[in-house]
Amino acid sequence: MTQYPLAFYRAALCFLVATGFFVAASFSHAHEFSGFVAAETRLFPNGALHAGQKNDSISFVAQHEYYHEFDGGSSFTFVHFYRLDSADRERTHFDIRELTFLWLKEDFELRLGVRKVFWGTTEILHLVDIINQTDFVENVDGEDKLGQPMANISFARDWGTFDLYWLPYFRERTFVGKGGRLRDSKVVDTDSTQYESRAEEWHGDWAFRYAHSFDDWDVGVAQFIGTSRDPTLIDEDDDIKIPRYEQIRQTSIDVSFVAEEWLWKGEALYRRGQGEDYFAWTGGFEYTFTRVWNSQIDLGVIGEWMYDTREEEDATTAFENDLAGGIRLALNDSASTEALFGWVQDLSSPARLLFLEVSRRFGDRLLLTAELRTFSHQPAADFLYAQRNDEVMQIELAYYY
Amino acid sequence: MKRMIYILSIAMFFNASPSAAETPEEKGLAIAKEDDRRDNGFKNFTADMVMILKNRQGEESSRHIRNKTLEVEGDGDKSLSIFDRPRDVKGTSLLNFTHKVGADDQWLYLPALKRVKRISSANKSGSFMGSTFAYEDVTSQEVEKYTYKWIRDEEHKGEKCFVFERYPVYENSGYTRQVVWLDQQDYKILQIEFYDRKNALLKTLTQSGFKQYLDKYWYPAAMYMENHQTGKSTLLTWSDYKFQTGLSDKNFNKNSLKRAR
Repeated sequence: MTQYPLAFYRAALCFLVATGFFVAASFSHAHEFSGFVAAETRLFPNGALHAGQKNDSISFVAQHEYYHEFDGGSSFTFVHFYRLDSADRERTHFDIRELTFLWLKEDFELRLGVRKVFWGTTEILHLVDIINQTDFVENVDGEDKLGQPMANISFARDWGTFDLYWLPYFRERTFVGKGGRLRDSKVVDTDSTQYESRAEEWHGDWAFRYAHSFDDWDVGVAQFIGTSRDPTLIDEDDDIKIPRYEQIRQTSIDVSFVAEEWLWKGEALYRRGQGEDYFAWTGGFEYTFTRVWNSQIDLGVIGEWMYDTREEEDATTAFENDLAGGIRLALNDSASTEALFGWVQDLSSPARLLFLEVSRRFGDRLLLTAELRTFSHQPAADFLYAQRNDEVMQIELAYYY
Repeated sequence: MKRMIYILSIAMFFNASPSAAETPEEKGLAIAKEDDRRDNGFKNFTADMVMILKNRQGEESSRHIRNKTLEVEGDGDKSLSIFDRPRDVKGTSLLNFTHKVGADDQWLYLPALKRVKRISSANKSGSFMGSTFAYEDVTSQEVEKYTYKWIRDEEHKGEKCFVFERYPVYENSGYTRQVVWLDQQDYKILQIEFYDRKNALLKTLTQSGFKQYLDKYWYPAAMYMENHQTGKSTLLTWSDYKFQTGLSDKNFNKNSLKRAR
């Protein structure tokens, strides 16, 4: 039997107490409680390449949410998240996803506390989304984010929406630990993190964004000044890498345009301060066929191109020149069965990434999600070469309350 | 002579009345315009909606949605729909700007990602939340969205009705025509039959439990949509109507979409 560290049991205890408390409290009607608990398993049919890695894992997840709205529309939100993982000590973690007070006034909204903000339009790569750090131990798709402390004031006017952000504290990216799959051959040592700024994680970052809808166009322009969310990984010795967070200035634009069944999307950024100045963009389309085969089924076709002007060795991304295709099926049945199949093809090598995500509801409260990811034909120089054996099947059953 | 004048004046009276020379198309349009006129001026309302979906086997599932609607002068309504159940989609919201002519503007908010996504509204014939209602059935009905033809007057469920057909102007509509039963006294839509692109009977909508609000507007409490081709049905019930609650344009932008609970 595997011996878990004390921290594991401590986390387990916190997890159970918090779950019990919040499930009990959810029967109260005065304030709103919601959330989910889930069990997840990951199976890796191919043998591990790196020392310490396991071929399967079991995880328990819980996310609890408390929400209270005051008269006049101001509100308080508290969302906390726990994961307990059998294979990876780094994946066992806790995070405050949101702890926000939203002050709603006639002319503006002021949002204070820990929050999550999303910018962008594309499906495969979220290029310009920068406010929150990626919770990378959660999933390789990068869609899970850590809560970001901030003060954000937002003005919604006829001429558009203007948001100003002050981000007083930086969250480090989470990285898969020694026991986990889907990682580089070297483990990232987050205890030796380096910063360009002497203020380290207390460097105050700033961002602003202007967004507006013009008929069929939605456009967002943003500027970010502060600590890069993508670290540069430095080889320390044979076993470990050290993340280094530079000070950057990033200008970005994201656009979507709707024309009948076509949705055209694009995101582009220019970043200074992290290696050589560079430009990156992603864009493409989503076309939806409604009620195919004379049924209720909707079928969407996605095509996107990702491009990054950096040389492969400098890149902090796997997508430096890649083409992605996807098919999204929505059965529109009472169980809301959905499937997304994707193919990401490197244009400068045979490397490719395939994925399939399927979800289906059972009853009113259970949601079953299955994901399949494969990596194939990665040449030795590829960003994901170390993960070439990490074909994974992931199944999660979540109970919502 | 006197008698002659009498007959003449009657004839003139009938000629002067527009209905005498009205074609069935003009009469259909006039009915739709009158219906629209009676529906105008509500300004805004909020209401809760529960949908019970039933499949051929009789298995049921439910959807709970809260709605906010704002009347826009000279254009289609704006609406914000917030999904409460099923619980895994709780907090998902849809912002919809309907237009009298052309496609609607729609944005979907996905709370797990905190993402606002523009969605294609060409998808009007698609199912609304897996129900037998299509998007085009639940978005605001505007006179300009159809052409009309009056068919006959008849009694339906004890109420004197206009029976007219309407033909979607929108080319991607899922229907060739709809047959509407509208009661002549209060202009309540009691029933609609929907015919698919092949002109076969697809669905029947039955509305009941009408109540009058603000001494003027008649809204149904229950909308039952049966799909004759799939055997599925959806019962949509409305409750807690509140009118003129102080909603304005500010409650229907992307910030309010993100805030919606």
